[in-house]
Amino acid sequence: MEAARNHYFGDMGVMLSRSMRHVFRSMDTIITVCLTPIAMMLLFVYVLGGAIQAGTDNYVNYLLPGILLIAIASGVSYTAYRLFMDLQSGIFERFHTMPIARSSALWGHLLTSLVSNAISVAIIILVALLMGFRSSAGGLSWLAVAGILTLFTLALTWVAAIAGLSAKSIDGAVGFSYPLIFLPFISSAFVPTSSMPPVVRAFAENQPVTSIVDAIRSLLAGRPVGNDIGVALAWCVGILLAAYFFAMRAYKKRV
Amino acid sequence: MKDITIQMKDVQKSYKNLHVLKGVDFEAEQGDIFALLGSNGAGKTTIVRILTTLLKQDGGTAAVNGFDVAANPDHVRRSISLTGQFAAVDEVLTGRENLIMIAQLRHLQKPRQVAGDLLKSFDLTDAADRRVSTYSGGMRRRLDIAMSLVGQPKVIFLDEPTTGLDPEGRIEVWNVVKDLAGNGTTVLLTTQYLEEAEKLADRIAILHEGKIIANGTLEELKKLFPPAKVEYVEKQPTLEEIFLSIIGKKGEN
Repeated sequence: MEAARNHYFGDMGVMLSRSMRHVFRSMDTIITVCLTPIAMMLLFVYVLGGAIQAGTDNYVNYLLPGILLIAIASGVSYTAYRLFMDLQSGIFERFHTMPIARSSALWGHLLTSLVSNAISVAIIILVALLMGFRSSAGGLSWLAVAGILTLFTLALTWVAAIAGLSAKSIDGAVGFSYPLIFLPFISSAFVPTSSMPPVVRAFAENQPVTSIVDAIRSLLAGRPVGNDIGVALAWCVGILLAAYFFAMRAYKKRV
Repeated sequence: MKDITIQMKDVQKSYKNLHVLKGVDFEAEQGDIFALLGSNGAGKTTIVRILTTLLKQDGGTAAVNGFDVAANPDHVRRSISLTGQFAAVDEVLTGRENLIMIAQLRHLQKPRQVAGDLLKSFDLTDAADRRVSTYSGGMRRRLDIAMSLVGQPKVIFLDEPTTGLDPEGRIEVWNVVKDLAGNGTTVLLTTQYLEEAEKLADRIAILHEGKIIANGTLEELKKLFPPAKVEYVEKQPTLEEIFLSIIGKKGEN
């Protein structure tokens, strides 16, 4: 046990570098995770943006937080995919019969999700800057944004882990992410909720994406965040804990 | 007398209502190729999973390299390697990267050199820097077994290593297994091909309906049957012999 503990972080590093190679060697991953949200951002800003009354003179500023969440939601579906493939191929069994910390294989996937999503978020923010995105936020606010996005990624990655660990087929493993990608459309991500009919508006205002988007938007605009950040954090932590619990249960069932 | 490296005593295992192992007993000595024969669903894989710490038995004891699998799984894991039914290789990585990864996880001093040596001895040097997804079935299996040899474990479990391979691939794997045991590694091999057990194994155990019903060398097992009758028959080549001679490779015999 001692050896396993001494090498815990080294083993996790090996696992991380392995699945980061998976990320970089599959064009599909890069296109879906980065290019689709960027294309969406271009479409919404330059095609639809002129007709959208979002109450800001710069629509990119309004849109960016939602686009980042969509990128993360589609990014985590690849974690589910990679986990599922590992279980199928038997490489997890190989890892589990080796003298390494058992959970390092799982945590390697989690770290990969954090790192790869951070990279795609950074790329999308760069493109947004080219498109005229400007922020008056100071270092602390950016740090808070990074914190919320990290928590959001962690929460969704554990949701993805449930799907990857318990799915019977590859379609099941990645299918869970479609509703996640659509949630931002029924939120304040693209248009203010005040323009929606009452029932839709009630849903939009009480689902996690709206509070997270509003909190990030206020932070980036240098406005006071008010209640939003508390609600956003509560959603992220709540989803994280619940998903972690069920993912670990699915994991123990499989190994 | 040689050391006993694998030992199972009265091992029981059930899945819900299905009583798969009903008291399995056997021992394998160091350097043995021990073949576990049985039809599909007989419980061969269950035995391998218990011995490789992937599954806990319901009753009885199992020990590998002197360590109890239930009480001391970490020591067992340091002594073993598993090559499961499905090639446990990373398709996205190259052959070399796969081997380096396992060497790093085993905390060896020179992962790159270990990988290079194994690639050479498994005749994979030319394909070393190609992604595994481009490998043939036989190459994939050889890489799979090479990955199991990283760090020179004392006991190697091969669960149906030749299932799904073409005759050439099967012979490649057979040669590897023979070399292994020659170096003092204990190999536990499960198979449903009787010919495979006959060619490779020092000892053969037959698992049937949850118990080992026969266990011994091929000679000993042959004695269990009525003495051979002498008959004169014209020997026809088997299809496998024809296939291999046409494509220019010689079968082992």
